[in-house]
Amino acid sequence: MDLTDSALFTVLVAMLGGAIRVSTPFLFVAVGECLTEKSGRINLGLEGNLVLGAMVAYATSFHTGEPWLGVLAAGVSGIFLGLIHGTLCSLPRVNDIAVGIAMMAFGTGLAFYFGRPYIQPPAPLLPSIPLGNWTGIPSLQRALEINPLFFVGIAVALLMSWFFRSTRWGLIVRTTGDSAPAAKAMGVNVDLVRILATASGGFLAGVGGSFLSLYYPGSWNEGLSSGQGLMAVALVIFARWDPIRCIWAAFLFGAAGAIGPAFQAIGITQGFYFFNAAPYILTLFILASSARSRSSAREAPGELSIVK
Amino acid sequence: MNASPAPLAPTRAPSLHATGMRKVFGELVALDDVELHVRAGTVHALLGENGAGKSTLVKCIMGFYRQDAGTVRLDGEEVHVRSPKDAQAAGIGMVYQHFTLVPSLTAAENLVVARADAPAIIDWGKERAKLQAFMARMPFRVPLDVPVADLSAGEKQKLEILKLLALDQRFLILDEPTSVLTPDEADEVLGLLGRMAHEGQITVLMITHKFREVSAYADDVTVLRRGALAGSGPALSLGVERLSRLMIGETTLRARAERRPVDGDTVLELAGLFAHHPDGSEAFHGINLKVREGEIVGIAGVSGNGQSALVEALAGQRPLSDGRIFIRGEPFEPKRDAYHRFKVFGLPEEPLKNAAVPRMSVAENIAFRSFDRPPISGAGGWMSLRPLRQRAQELIERYRVKTPSPDTPIEHLSGGNVQRAILARELSGDVDVLVVANPCFGLDFASVAEIRAQIMDARNRGAAVLLVSEDLDEILELADRVAVMSEGRIDYVAPIGETDRTTIGKHMAAHGP
Ligand SMILES: Nc1ncnc2c1ncn2[C@@H]1O[C@H](COP(=O)(O)OP(=O)(O)OP(=O)(O)O)[C@@H](O)[C@H]1O
Ligand SMILES: [Mg+2]
Repeated sequence: MDLTDSALFTVLVAMLGGAIRVSTPFLFVAVGECLTEKSGRINLGLEGNLVLGAMVAYATSFHTGEPWLGVLAAGVSGIFLGLIHGTLCSLPRVNDIAVGIAMMAFGTGLAFYFGRPYIQPPAPLLPSIPLGNWTGIPSLQRALEINPLFFVGIAVALLMSWFFRSTRWGLIVRTTGDSAPAAKAMGVNVDLVRILATASGGFLAGVGGSFLSLYYPGSWNEGLSSGQGLMAVALVIFARWDPIRCIWAAFLFGAAGAIGPAFQAIGITQGFYFFNAAPYILTLFILASSARSRSSAREAPGELSIVK
Repeated sequence: MNASPAPLAPTRAPSLHATGMRKVFGELVALDDVELHVRAGTVHALLGENGAGKSTLVKCIMGFYRQDAGTVRLDGEEVHVRSPKDAQAAGIGMVYQHFTLVPSLTAAENLVVARADAPAIIDWGKERAKLQAFMARMPFRVPLDVPVADLSAGEKQKLEILKLLALDQRFLILDEPTSVLTPDEADEVLGLLGRMAHEGQITVLMITHKFREVSAYADDVTVLRRGALAGSGPALSLGVERLSRLMIGETTLRARAERRPVDGDTVLELAGLFAHHPDGSEAFHGINLKVREGEIVGIAGVSGNGQSALVEALAGQRPLSDGRIFIRGEPFEPKRDAYHRFKVFGLPEEPLKNAAVPRMSVAENIAFRSFDRPPISGAGGWMSLRPLRQRAQELIERYRVKTPSPDTPIEHLSGGNVQRAILARELSGDVDVLVVANPCFGLDFASVAEIRAQIMDARNRGAAVLLVSEDLDEILELADRVAVMSEGRIDYVAPIGETDRTTIGKHMAAHGP
């Protein structure tokens, strides 16, 4: 039997392609959340950024015909939500978890309200780069049609890792996240650093949202995100606040999300719902196991409200 | 290490002259016309009872507080320090009692980020070379690439000092710098700072309660008493006798309480206790210990060998993973009711953090053990505040807690007085079991004598006392039996008459790091 015909090959190729597609929004949200958490805040509201970003991107692309402009607009909408979150949390006695949940509701609500008119009309989507033509195998070619945002996401993660290690601002963000008194003693404006970190994290989450509506699945509707924004928080814990590990973790979550569709591709529909639940099961599993893990307790930024 | 480090630049050490310093907190005059003269290139000790105003004085110099009157001259020129940043710019740096390093950053990262002129993009190759060159000129080294969280207390203290020196701060203020260090570490750090001072590189002002350090390392001494200057002069001309007079005036020291022979039954029994740290590692392992009525059992050990976890477990702050606690043969669960029923009391270490609510008043903090019982708690669950205040007032007087008023938030008391307030709360009743951890940490010598006498009194009245202390002298003075804790285990227990300092020391280091 020919290799390319075997069911296993089909599943693996479908999972590879799926993992790349599904992991991209995870990656953006997770790297954004990583930046925010490194500064000592948790933003649980990134689900709102994701959904609003998706809506704004789609609407912008629809009106301007420029999908990349949509990506940018999604990022700006993320900054807007991030600034609100960051500023609210800087008020005395305001809890970042509670604000995050409120922001999630606010972001999705805003998106659903303004997004009604864009559910039907088609908007120009993002192009992809065909990287698999040399293989000559159609299924591989399809799997290797990769959206540039995937590479941008990886580049952002690498850049952030360098930022944390080798820039003054990176060290200041880590200082703020680990010991606010030490940061204050250095004359750092702790609240400002956190607001900026939350806004930048919000930008990345918004861009992640644009991928959903402008590439995969590639339309705007209210059921577009299935909790990726929330799962990304778990993913950051799993990646132990390291942007490079976020890449691997996002890929893992992406692969888990691709199991269901991959089996469907070879006609196995039994247990479809179970496989579709794989990312959520993975989230639960990771949260339960990392809560007890020694290294994650050690590497958690000392100022996080869940750690304190 | 080279024999003598090359001087950074000759005669860089500044002199500092503060005159007419006055600071008032509400009703309380914390500093009253105080003068402090620190000569260039010397080690100057600032002494005084708890609450004498030492920290307040240096905080004014550092710009944390604005003095109500007074001027500070550095090398003869008046400086106006309005914030710690101004102090840094003037070359004045301070090592605080708590560390100000960032735990997850490495030593190198901590040193770079602390610099006001750190480059936006850090060329680690270049920075590392610079740091290594800097370290080579320093009398002590700290590993550069390890996260600060993994350094020992002594290394952290050294890194704090290196940080100031790297920032080119030549006037160093140390507030009780050796309280977190072992005596050997303290000797090393102070010895090296003294050498640098005498080479004219730095000037050191240190607050301490330890006479040993004063006579060994200080050139000059200034003594404060109740916010006023009590005296100053060269350390050599002021013996320990004179210094203690200056510190406490004519008050008589509480004499060492005598140990009355008490022979009682076992009261407190720890049977096979195990507990873990939150990260899953073992905190202590199979602890078996009995304490009898009228007996003090001292647990000696280098800090970080599981003693604080044991105290937390007895205070109900840490769950046991195995084992039972018995009091007079009955199982004891560390809960509020049981504390009351079995008359268990305790003084944990860092009482401001572990046994007080910093923002509540002194009176409220003193009432924690009694607010839900008569006479404070009346019919219908209402609290009557008059008995609460009255009782607090009484205890404040009896235990000589220095506080502006019973309504002052307890966090505004000086370190020693927080300790006294908590001790007043815990010792004033009928005590069956007393658990104390490092009770004299950071206290002046008069308070030390006072508190040790209180503990001995409690024992003589028949309490079973478990005393956890890093201070071997304290254990030798108070304990009837000694147990040594090392790496979470107790392998050595002996009556005080049958052991000595060397034997205990050997067991302390048995597994030790
Ligand atoms: N922020 C504040 N508000 C009110 N009172 C204060 C404040 N800070 C200090 N005090 C009071 O000023 C007095 C001097 O306190 P300070 O901390 O200077 O004492 P200290 O000499 O450092 O004592 P210790 O040896 O115990 O550290 C104390 O009575 C304290 O209660
Ligand atoms: Mg003090």
